Amino acid sequence: MTQAQVQETANIPAQAEEPGIRKWWEYFTFNTDHKVIGIQYLVSTFIFYCIGGAMADLVRTELRTPEVDFVTPEVYNSLFTLHATIMIFLWIVPAGAGFTNYVLPLMIGAKDMAFPRLNALAFWIVPPAGLMLIASLAVGDAPDAGWTSYPPLSLVTGQVGEGIWIMSVLLLGTSSILGAINFLVTLLKMRTPGLGFNQLPLFCWAAFATSALVLVSTPVLAAGLILLAFDLFAGTTFFNPTGGGDPVVYQHMFWFYSHPAVYIMILPFFGVISEVIPVHSRKPIFGYKAIAYSSLAISFLGLIVWAHHMFTSGIPGWLRMFFMITTMIIAVPTGIKIFSWMGTLWGGKLHLERPALLFAIGFVGTFVIGGISGVMLAAVPFDIHVHDTYFVVAHLHYVLFGGSVLGIYAGFYHWFPKMTGRMLNNFWGQVHFVLTIVGLNMTFLPMHKLGMLGMNRRVAQYDPKFTLLNEICTYGAYILAVSTLPFIVNVIWSWMYGPKAGNNPWKALTLEWMTTSPPAIENFDKPPVLATGPYDYGLEKAKEGVPLSDADPAVSAGPNSVLRAEPDEPYPSIAAEKGER
Amino acid sequence: MKIPSSIWTLLIGILLTLVSLWYGQNHGLLPTAASDEALLVDGLFNTMMIASTGIFLIVEGGLIYSAIKYRRRAGDDQDGPPVHGNVPLEILWTAIPAIIVLGISVYSFDVYNSIGGFSPHAVHEAPIASQAMKMPGAAIAATLTDTPPSTEPNLNQEKSDEAMQDPATAAVRNVDQIPQKQNAPGVGSVAPTIGPVPGKEGQPPALVVNVTGLQYAWLFTYPETGITTGELHVPIGREVQINMTANDVIHAFWVPEFRLKQDAIPGRQSEIRFTPNKEGSYALICAELCGPYHGAMRSQVVVEKPEVFEAWMQEQQVASNDTLNQAVAVNPAELSPAEFLAPYTHDIGIQSETLHQLHNK
Repeated sequence: MTQAQVQETANIPAQAEEPGIRKWWEYFTFNTDHKVIGIQYLVSTFIFYCIGGAMADLVRTELRTPEVDFVTPEVYNSLFTLHATIMIFLWIVPAGAGFTNYVLPLMIGAKDMAFPRLNALAFWIVPPAGLMLIASLAVGDAPDAGWTSYPPLSLVTGQVGEGIWIMSVLLLGTSSILGAINFLVTLLKMRTPGLGFNQLPLFCWAAFATSALVLVSTPVLAAGLILLAFDLFAGTTFFNPTGGGDPVVYQHMFWFYSHPAVYIMILPFFGVISEVIPVHSRKPIFGYKAIAYSSLAISFLGLIVWAHHMFTSGIPGWLRMFFMITTMIIAVPTGIKIFSWMGTLWGGKLHLERPALLFAIGFVGTFVIGGISGVMLAAVPFDIHVHDTYFVVAHLHYVLFGGSVLGIYAGFYHWFPKMTGRMLNNFWGQVHFVLTIVGLNMTFLPMHKLGMLGMNRRVAQYDPKFTLLNEICTYGAYILAVSTLPFIVNVIWSWMYGPKAGNNPWKALTLEWMTTSPPAIENFDKPPVLATGPYDYGLEKAKEGVPLSDADPAVSAGPNSVLRAEPDEPYPSIAAEKGER
Repeated sequence: MKIPSSIWTLLIGILLTLVSLWYGQNHGLLPTAASDEALLVDGLFNTMMIASTGIFLIVEGGLIYSAIKYRRRAGDDQDGPPVHGNVPLEILWTAIPAIIVLGISVYSFDVYNSIGGFSPHAVHEAPIASQAMKMPGAAIAATLTDTPPSTEPNLNQEKSDEAMQDPATAAVRNVDQIPQKQNAPGVGSVAPTIGPVPGKEGQPPALVVNVTGLQYAWLFTYPETGITTGELHVPIGREVQINMTANDVIHAFWVPEFRLKQDAIPGRQSEIRFTPNKEGSYALICAELCGPYHGAMRSQVVVEKPEVFEAWMQEQQVASNDTLNQAVAVNPAELSPAEFLAPYTHDIGIQSETLHQLHNK
């Protein structure tokens, strides 16, 4: 029996057929089980994604022609404002929280989150806040000052819409702070005995870095928004120039959160990709520590780059240089991850028929484009040219769609068997992948050129010479809309009738696969046995005499070798614990 | 891990370099460069494009190669080789991006300096703190109220005064609503932006134009002649300084062909200098969301020969005098900007729709 099999058989709960939840309607209850909450997050945020996506398609329909002919300019502005707000605050950020909720306690062998009720509260803030935001369209005064909501514009557009926007974002920010506290405490205090930080799955490292970033940056946004609300409703002039206020101060406060927010949106999915690639290419993750520590580096550096959004709003020259350098440096830890993933794929046995791996490869391939344009944007003289143009729109969508959203899909396909106990259909997953990649590149690639040639963002009408490129973008957006259909049908059908998955269909080694599918309430009967590290693929072969690597023995044995207890030993030895914790 | 033979690596490397070098300079992604500054920015972009093309090809090529070469063959349920890491390789691919971004940073710094990013105004930041430090023994005991008022010149105020001396400028910059002369933090020229290029510090620019952004139009006043227009005319080959502010919300002054952009912020003065070097008419676009008709806030920048520019200036002056004589019965100070501008709309090319918007504000 290999160590992986030892680990698997030792941890399956005795009552294997007892899932955490039996009836579909239980997903609509105030449940405190982290798995139920995780699925609640994922399903509700996906619904918001569809709504935000529909708005994006309305925006693109308007932009198919240079004239304003589909919606009024006011409605157009509301549409892109709501699209951005929904996608950021109601889809990508909470979807990351959904995966973390579901997977994190399982991965560290915990029974639940540290604060299950707080966890439920954090989730149940999200749907009302989202519905309130969308309802603002119905009252006819939706926010239309852009998702950045810069004063003085946000102070002169409608009060109702702007007030709803502020309230909704404050609630969602509160939710993500509550979630982050929970993740941090769970991760620090509830790991199974012997599981040191350097043996954690990389998704946990990513969750750790993300949560720390949320805790530091979100309160600043809240402060900025509360002051903005005072300006809007109480007549103060913190940001209002007519009373001597300074609009640029708002920009500083806003971006102090909202730049880190892009890392809050991407780091969890860096974690997802680090889980998906080794499992489906049957190789240990390449450069475990490099990937783990680069998450922390991104988290820290993410806090000191915000002013690169303000290169044209008039900050001193030396400050622009400072923020240029810090922004450039972020490319280094990000590059480390990209190359480490490529190193993992290199020489593996890639299960390309599985959509999870396809989406992971798609993630690396498109995210790198967003990363490259990010470095370009960091260069101040070039940023001055393309700031607030479609080049920026292209960049951010390559990062957030080509990155985060593909990461979410990879995570869905990877963990679906664990969550539901059933397999998704590979063929429809492949169709979904192809449509998504084609639609994504068709929509966002031409935008780079549009921006550089002179198309500013957030406009309902534009120079007719840009018509052709805009048409391509619009049809790409329609393909993207269509691409979600095979996914939705696949998920619903497979959840009900899909083939049974078994506990560990991918033969993965991380702890979440060492329990039943779907996992029982409280996950494990007793603290799980760790017989192998999270990414020790191919070690059987090593025993047959294939050299691991030409590096020193510790490296050859892998970063998790200390955890490899003998089969008759229930927990890793004391020495290992002393050495590593 | 299978390492390709060194010959193959070398050949692929050479090919990659050649392709990157070629594409970096033949991408066709930028519009005409019509200012001295634009040429420098384009050089930077082309260099970044060369590096980017290389990285893009390496990553995408690596992914596609892996997907083809290492795909699982039917019936093969083995794991791949258990390679956990390779320290020299990891150091190498940490060092390469680090060197590339360092190089780009240094190049950007140089370009930024060459286009006048480090204008002398920038050094006047936060004089209050430096003042307090000059007072011996006062540092510890000093409270906020003890701090003597700054005697440093308030460059923002000076700049604003300068702009306001032109009555045409004063008329459109609704002084009564948004105080243009604030003691904003930092006291120096509050938005030190793109200033004179090195070697021209302290020299007055050949032409100064005051620019005001308002929903949804750009207004230009030429302080030397007192004319107001809705279209920017500048002579070719002379350094132009734009002093800009906004009346209502934030706007951004962007001429893609000049590669220059600057936010016009209500209550603040910002300046931008450039030297147009190619004759033609270019779009001036508002790049910062300023309301529903943001997309319609466009104007023209006409770069013309000095003699044509002089003739245009003469013509404008005559037209401007005529309208002033006609309007002598009303006091311009009592008019809203829109009413004041109504007689000029034909000359400055504002459409009636835009004007209607202004009236409703």
